[in-house]
Amino acid sequence: MSSNSPHPHVLPLGIYLKIGMVLIVLTVVTVIAAQQDFGEFNLLIAMLIAGVKATLVALFFMHLKYDNKLYSILFLISLICLAVFISLILFDTMRRDDLNPIRGGHVNPTIEMYNNKEINPAETELSPATLPDSTKEAAKTTEH
Amino acid sequence: MSDTAGNVSHLEHHFSDVEQQRESAKLGVWLFLLTEILLFGGLFCFYSVYRAWNPDIFHNAHQYLNVYLGALNTIVLITSSVTMALAIRSMQLDRKRNTLILLGATLFLASMFLVIKYFEYSHKIHLGQLPGKYYTFTGVEGTNPHIFFSVYFLMTGLHGIHVMAGMGLIGWLMVKTQRNRFSSEYYTPIEMTGLYWHLVDLIWIFLFPLFYLIG
Repeated sequence: MSSNSPHPHVLPLGIYLKIGMVLIVLTVVTVIAAQQDFGEFNLLIAMLIAGVKATLVALFFMHLKYDNKLYSILFLISLICLAVFISLILFDTMRRDDLNPIRGGHVNPTIEMYNNKEINPAETELSPATLPDSTKEAAKTTEH
Repeated sequence: MSDTAGNVSHLEHHFSDVEQQRESAKLGVWLFLLTEILLFGGLFCFYSVYRAWNPDIFHNAHQYLNVYLGALNTIVLITSSVTMALAIRSMQLDRKRNTLILLGATLFLASMFLVIKYFEYSHKIHLGQLPGKYYTFTGVEGTNPHIFFSVYFLMTGLHGIHVMAGMGLIGWLMVKTQRNRFSSEYYTPIEMTGLYWHLVDLIWIFLFPLFYLIG
């Protein structure tokens, strides 16, 4: 009951200031890390640092660490849904051509959008010369 | 128990007690934040697909963003999150004056964020680095660099609108605080606006490395 605990979650001032300092330090760290080249780990490192920062904000500023766990569960559900959306969409858009080369490829990866020029139909269509062999075979089978 | 009268005046008749009322409000705000995450989630999908398709364009075009302005904006927004959290804490301790000062600081930092964003935007508009068919800049190598700026303006623009909405809410809280509508017994609107404000900060924490720090 509220009358027993009129100040439900008053955290010490120091916690907010310390978390704020850690967040600013991590911002500086992520800028410095981005100037180094870790090859394919660049994105992973940037996202890990952002993930740590987001976790600190959610746990301490948004009080998830001290509140009813229901709110944490809701928050995690939305993040899991988002992870499912992004990973399934990337599976589809990046690996679709493993099964069907024609539908998988860009219509024409080199076409310029919004270039205010007349579009030459010959350039926009896939000409057989530019197609990979597997695509030609697939095209042949569809013709029959 | 001396504040019982204060409790009752804030307690709507359909709640059994103040704590239940507070928890219900919080559940409602968390459900709203969930929909916000999914709203931005669609744009994060948009970002992922176009970056996966055009890694070179994203790498070449991101060099036209100013990393230091972006990092400064991150620090401004994080600091505003700290002042917002401290404003809630001050009201929990019945320190009205401190709450007003801290809410004012949050509002100031939010407007600073938008001013920095304004300089970034106007520089890009001046150079013609605009989305879609309005793109006239010629300095980025590769086909269709406007894709990067479409994603950039859409995501940071929606985030900027959220910052403006947050500023409106914080201004409203300052008026209500000034009129003695809040106390340590009832500060739910400040706490709920705080949750929203931290989410806006949280989204920027991801937008910053995704746009300014492409390796």
